[in-house]
Amino acid sequence: MSTAAAGHHDHDDHGPAKGWTRWLYTTNHKDIGTLYLLFSLVMFFIGGGMALIIRAELFQPGLQLVDPLFFNSMTTMHALVMIFGVVMPAFVGLANWMIPMMIGGPDMALPRLNNWSFWIMPFAFLLLLSTLFMEGGGPAGGWTLYAPLSLQGGDSFAFVIFSIHFMGISSVMGSINIVATIFNMRAPGMTLMQMPLFVWTWLITAYLLIAVIPVLAGAVTMLLTDRFFGTSFFNAAGGGDPVMYQHIFWFFGHPEVYILILPAFGIISSIIPTFARKPLFGYASMVYATGSIAFLSFIVWAHHMFTVGMPLAGEMFFMFATMMISVPTGVKVFNWIATMWRGSMTFETPMLFAIGFLVMFTIGGLSGLMLAITPADIQYHDTYFVVAHFHYVLVPGAIYSIMAATYYWLPKWTGNMYDEKWGKIHFWVSTVFLNVLFFPMHFVGLAGMPRRIPDYSLQFADWNAVASIGAFGFGFSQLIFVYVIFKCIKGGEKATSEVWEGADGLEWTVPSPAPYHTFEKPPAQFS
Amino acid sequence: MSSPSSYYIPHEAKWPIVGSIALFTFFAGFASLLNGGSWYLMAIGAAILVYMMVGWFGEVIAESENGTYSAQVDVSFRMAMMWFIFSEVMFFGAFFGALFYARTFSGPWLSGIGEGGASATNAVLWSGFDYVWPTNGPQKLGGSYEPMSWLGLPLINTALLLTSGVTCTIAHHAIKHGDRAKMVKFLLATCVLGFLFVGLQILEYWEAYSHLNLKMSTGIYGSTFFLLTGFHGFHVCMGAIILLIVMFRGTRKHFSATNHFAFEAAAWYWHFVDVVWLGLFIFVYIL
Repeated sequence: MSTAAAGHHDHDDHGPAKGWTRWLYTTNHKDIGTLYLLFSLVMFFIGGGMALIIRAELFQPGLQLVDPLFFNSMTTMHALVMIFGVVMPAFVGLANWMIPMMIGGPDMALPRLNNWSFWIMPFAFLLLLSTLFMEGGGPAGGWTLYAPLSLQGGDSFAFVIFSIHFMGISSVMGSINIVATIFNMRAPGMTLMQMPLFVWTWLITAYLLIAVIPVLAGAVTMLLTDRFFGTSFFNAAGGGDPVMYQHIFWFFGHPEVYILILPAFGIISSIIPTFARKPLFGYASMVYATGSIAFLSFIVWAHHMFTVGMPLAGEMFFMFATMMISVPTGVKVFNWIATMWRGSMTFETPMLFAIGFLVMFTIGGLSGLMLAITPADIQYHDTYFVVAHFHYVLVPGAIYSIMAATYYWLPKWTGNMYDEKWGKIHFWVSTVFLNVLFFPMHFVGLAGMPRRIPDYSLQFADWNAVASIGAFGFGFSQLIFVYVIFKCIKGGEKATSEVWEGADGLEWTVPSPAPYHTFEKPPAQFS
Repeated sequence: MSSPSSYYIPHEAKWPIVGSIALFTFFAGFASLLNGGSWYLMAIGAAILVYMMVGWFGEVIAESENGTYSAQVDVSFRMAMMWFIFSEVMFFGAFFGALFYARTFSGPWLSGIGEGGASATNAVLWSGFDYVWPTNGPQKLGGSYEPMSWLGLPLINTALLLTSGVTCTIAHHAIKHGDRAKMVKFLLATCVLGFLFVGLQILEYWEAYSHLNLKMSTGIYGSTFFLLTGFHGFHVCMGAIILLIVMFRGTRKHFSATNHFAFEAAAWYWHFVDVVWLGLFIFVYIL
């Protein structure tokens, strides 16, 4: 390594290192971004497979395929994998690829730390997934790991706790890197209010991560000591309180929800102006709205706990604070609509996914508003209505934004255009099945079907069968996504530098594929 | 923001993958240990981790002394350290939060004070429990105990740590004036005070376990007491080791009046540990 450091000038003008160790030792933001994205894609199918096991069991009432404990560990693991293994790494991968290019920087500010942030992830998930093969099975108390239930797990318990610590280390290092990159590596002359919105949303997301991941680490450490070292944080007999776990957890958990969606807002804010061929409507208000959402995310956590027992003043405060979030979110939605208003619109695949995001994320947002109403939530709590709500914000929200981003920037990454026909087929098949999958959950939820139970009452049978058909359709249609990606990597029509007619931003000024080192000297546009 | 004419990017990093393997081994080993396995795997993990840190930091120090880093890299390092310390603040925040929650909410609720179900909770589940802090809960987990007084060892420790903050600052002023010998002297004093603090903390724990019957299992008081002071003590240990390394670098003629970021990072960390202790001293010991 010291030789590499001494001789680094020799490398500067060349491409990547030779051999497979390139991927192990790389400090290049594009390599690391690719690794993150591929990791996320693999985990998407693992987490998706778990979801299909859940939906297969729920295809009809009664217990038929898996035993209830395994079913519970599937719901737990599905959530952990999708949140920490799919959505977060995908956004970090996109940040790695795009932020240095968007701000005219040479690379991330701390390239070696960047490598470590990624290479922790496969090991952390090895630790987590290995618990499925242990005595007593994987964690089965829900991804929130509520005490006292989670404390009663088998051998898996300690492994799950440590895998969360492990992922947390990666997230905090990755976020510190992003903050340092955005503040320190911008092209000379580029002010904060000239940054693309994807950079802005990631900056704010990184702050959320640095602030709340350590709190999660603290919460799970308390679980660990309660189980193994005799402490009583969550034990009322010793003066503690199991509800305290929920407070600490959701102090992390609610900002986490915005960690999963703010970068998506940034992506959509890049794509819609391109295909509407108009600048983004209300750039400054978008920035302030993102900041407001981030601030509010710290003071709404107990809306996850309305039924747990809380002073009335607390219930009222958290209800109104939650409703306030719809104001900055509404600003964003209306800005996107205003951007499209009287634009010269075309509907390539990224735009289809962006519009799909806009419509279906808003459905999820509105059901969230329903859940925010405390008296109503006492009816909805822990039903499939909640499952429908957060899947509408996460799947056609976060996941669709990641897919939109992939189609949008794939030509820049590979130098080839993707297959537009199959991209569009992917969008339409996914969107139809997705609604078949998640929309009926609203109905069974309002009718009272509880979540996280492998069996259900007969009156829920029809809609569950429909949802399961949608699940398998949605799951298998993602193979089209993989096909389009790999086909594009292998070849296709050559992409121009600008790729899209209406595209704006520094990343479209460099050739496609983007050279291994994008800006070795600062670009002059802003000085 | 600095405006460089060209950028510095390191190539090929072999230490991160070593670090990942180390952490994986350590965590897997620790979990097996907790499940009743042996400690070997965990020890191997810890050993690889130390090897990785020595190697990685060693390389960075060498590069820094070679003058490889630009002013821009220096700014990145500063930002990274700053936000790392902020993340540590949030970590301690979780435990302080638990302390405040137990003292202001769950304690009174258990004894029937508060609206809603509190009085029923007390009457049905914990009838007769009267909440006074410190508490080990309605079932008096861990048996009768004496709380740790803030006089005595904790007060001495406060004096030690505050003094170490002063010596650290004197060392900082010394290197800013290019006086490396003075820096080394006062850093030595800082490290001695730091390790003395850790020693007295261990003595205090011994006192708590053997004379006061105050243990981690002493209800919520023991839990918050030992986790807050324990994590703090661990951070003091880390900080003192970092300062010690900085001191040895000083004896090897590292650092100058303008180039001593490693010293500053260590000093920031030390002051952070100092401030956390003041919070602990007030909320854990005195109040």
